[in-house]
Amino acid sequence: MRLHPSIPLMRIVPDDTKFDFMRFRRISFPVSALLSIAAIFLYFFHGLNFGIDFIGGTLLEVQSKSGPADLARMRATLGGLGLGEVQLQQFGGPADVLIRVAQQPGGEEAQQAALAKVRQALGNDVDIRREEVVGPRVSKELLAYSTVGLMLAIFAILIYLWFRFEWQFALGAMIANVHDLVLTIGYMSLTQIDFDLSSIAALLTILGYSLNDTVVIYDRIREMLRRYKRMAMPDLLNISVNSTLSRSIITHVTVTLALLALLLFGGHAIHSFVATMIFGVVLVGTYTSVFIAAPILIYLGVGTARVEAEEHLPAQQPART
Amino acid sequence: MLYISKWKAAAILLTAFVCCLFAVPNFFPEKTVQQWPAWAQRHVVLGLDLQGGSHILLQVDANDVRRQKLQTLQDDVRRVMREAGLRLVRAPAIRGNSVEVIVRDSDVQQALAKLRPLSEPLGGFIGSAGTRSVNIENAGGGVIRLTVTEPALLERTRQVVDQSVEIIERRVNAMGLVEPSIQRQGIDRVLVQVPGLGNPEELIKVIGTTAKLTFRLVDTSMTVEQALKEHPPPDSEIVYGSAAEGRRPYLLEKRVIVSGEELTNAQPGYDQRTGEPIVSFKFNTSGARKFAQVTTDNVGRPFAIVLDDEVISAPVIREPIRGGSGQISGNFTVESANNLAILLRAGALPAKLTVIEQRVVGAGLGQDSIEKGKLASYFGAALVVVFMIFTYGLFGVFASIAVGINIGMIFGILSFLNATLTLPGIIGIVLTIGIAVDSNVLIYERIREEVRSGRTPINAIDAGFTRALATILDSNITTFIAAAVLFFIGTGPVRGFAVTLGIGIVTTVFTAFTLTRLIVAWWVGWARPRQLAIS
Repeated sequence: MRLHPSIPLMRIVPDDTKFDFMRFRRISFPVSALLSIAAIFLYFFHGLNFGIDFIGGTLLEVQSKSGPADLARMRATLGGLGLGEVQLQQFGGPADVLIRVAQQPGGEEAQQAALAKVRQALGNDVDIRREEVVGPRVSKELLAYSTVGLMLAIFAILIYLWFRFEWQFALGAMIANVHDLVLTIGYMSLTQIDFDLSSIAALLTILGYSLNDTVVIYDRIREMLRRYKRMAMPDLLNISVNSTLSRSIITHVTVTLALLALLLFGGHAIHSFVATMIFGVVLVGTYTSVFIAAPILIYLGVGTARVEAEEHLPAQQPART
Repeated sequence: MLYISKWKAAAILLTAFVCCLFAVPNFFPEKTVQQWPAWAQRHVVLGLDLQGGSHILLQVDANDVRRQKLQTLQDDVRRVMREAGLRLVRAPAIRGNSVEVIVRDSDVQQALAKLRPLSEPLGGFIGSAGTRSVNIENAGGGVIRLTVTEPALLERTRQVVDQSVEIIERRVNAMGLVEPSIQRQGIDRVLVQVPGLGNPEELIKVIGTTAKLTFRLVDTSMTVEQALKEHPPPDSEIVYGSAAEGRRPYLLEKRVIVSGEELTNAQPGYDQRTGEPIVSFKFNTSGARKFAQVTTDNVGRPFAIVLDDEVISAPVIREPIRGGSGQISGNFTVESANNLAILLRAGALPAKLTVIEQRVVGAGLGQDSIEKGKLASYFGAALVVVFMIFTYGLFGVFASIAVGINIGMIFGILSFLNATLTLPGIIGIVLTIGIAVDSNVLIYERIREEVRSGRTPINAIDAGFTRALATILDSNITTFIAAAVLFFIGTGPVRGFAVTLGIGIVTTVFTAFTLTRLIVAWWVGWARPRQLAIS
């Protein structure tokens, strides 16, 4: 018996698409610029909802032993402890509550004392499922490390791309991906998602992943640059993006499926992490590599001198344009 | 590209198989695995966020270390001056980072000579590193200033952390907790990780409690046997020896001659005459005075060194011990002498430790996370597999096989490294499923393009692989860089994410370059496709 060999059963993206993606740059660049500015404004005027990892304080996840938790009563009890701001939030089921106590003045010991007070006030009505205390020293360090880490990652990737491609590509990829990070941070500010260590993990993954996408397109552009020496840059970019389009879409569908499974079944603890990833990887990353990373190469001067510089090879007609 | 020699194929399969094999112990109960040979026991360790437990980071109080060091220096200066019989214009006093003493101008040179031994070369057992513990300077006008050097403080801080780790370990072990991990972190921190503890409050209390070291006389008014049978005298009690000591009972006076707080140092060494390992120790001024007094009065009687209510050693006083230092000889090995020295130094927590970070996850929440993580992984994998088969048919099955082996290899490598799996780590694995599929998508799409541009199927597959692999490498290295950075800046659970993501990228590249190619090569050899159907 011989299986009839067939690669695709279904075409998600029709073959030989000829979308003129480059024409959209007149829209996508201003839109992205506006969105980035909006994101920066959000960051400065709305701020991020920093978790205790970065601003210190105490966090408890408790579960009421007797059915749904009485948030109002708990709020009253804990608010009367004189510990400054105490935030309560339903977390998962109706019996689950997340309690956040702001960092106490008076250094490391004061945090421990606050935790003891909260524990005592909660008494035996609840199960403490998780408790975290981050002192001022550690939170400052974590914030510093994370900032340095992000910068370092961007820098390391820039160096790598510079080695692997020409500098214009490295710069283009960097602009595209800083744009991704800025928009994602704007999203986090807008939604007031908890910004903690796992958010840094999410940002770094978004950085790596959307670069992954950009690199795939750049690889193709480089290949096309070698193959079609006389083609105008916008056309060449269009071919490159169109020919990697079905890969981009299929890959993003699979990653989205994996992330959706995490979002739906992974529980509350990873909810903000996964939501950020979906926004960054799926919404921004895809858009960026097609509408920002590729067309920006036109402005960075890739291939401007190519038509004049080209003399030996006979003009090749592009196979698909 | 499509021809793969038998040897290469065997090597590829063997690598994948061995990697996956290391994952096997994770699927058997711990009891079963313990009977296997040691190399086969490696398994993935669940992070504290999954199995529940406490993560407590403590920091040595730098000011406390400095203060202690200066006080010791002050005491030493006072003692030296008194022993030299020099008249002081002003007694030694602590000023900033220094101890200052004022003597008469005519005595300055003599005082400097006497004080010089206080400045010891640093480096302990290993030998001098060139720096000294104290800078002694003649500040003029009879003022002699002794400054504790930064390297000395740093070394002291290191010592404090080492000692704290030791004593905390003893303490935590005494609580009967399973597999606690106590580690130095950086220069001045101690990280205590205890899985599955219900009561973090108690743990913190125990870590902070001072362990007590005492020197006490053995009560010789009656034998231990008598005391065990009857009541011990009112001022005495029965104390048992440590395990190394054979758990022998001793009848000790309740009165403490000197306690651990008055010990300034203890070092392992060798007896100059017999060459056997000993522990030499040093008291501070008041401790030395008390010890001298008692040993002078009690030559020939045994005294006991008691740590945490256990007798470590009970030597006989052969001669009065003056000068504040002495040595303990016993049935020591080099190692046990070293340990005892550490214990003597670490009898009490040597400096104040402050909790600067504390993360506790209850076992129930951990179990929930495991369940949810599993569910999400299964669903994620199932969705991806269904989608791939729907899109690529047979080649989708190949991709799914590659992804499956990929995950097996990730678990194998995690097990081999005894790495910790955390909740974010599970996210990393699920993401890897997506990334691993991407490498297959890149290859397949490339093949499709090559077919469309008119190549024969085998040619197209060959060219598709060649061209796609370069892209796969490029695109994965960027993600790997991000994972590497995350590994270095992250702690705990987030680091777990970096680990699985990083390993996932490596295995993805491996499977794309070898296994997927092998599978497709076999299929081509078997099916000999004349044409690859497109759409």
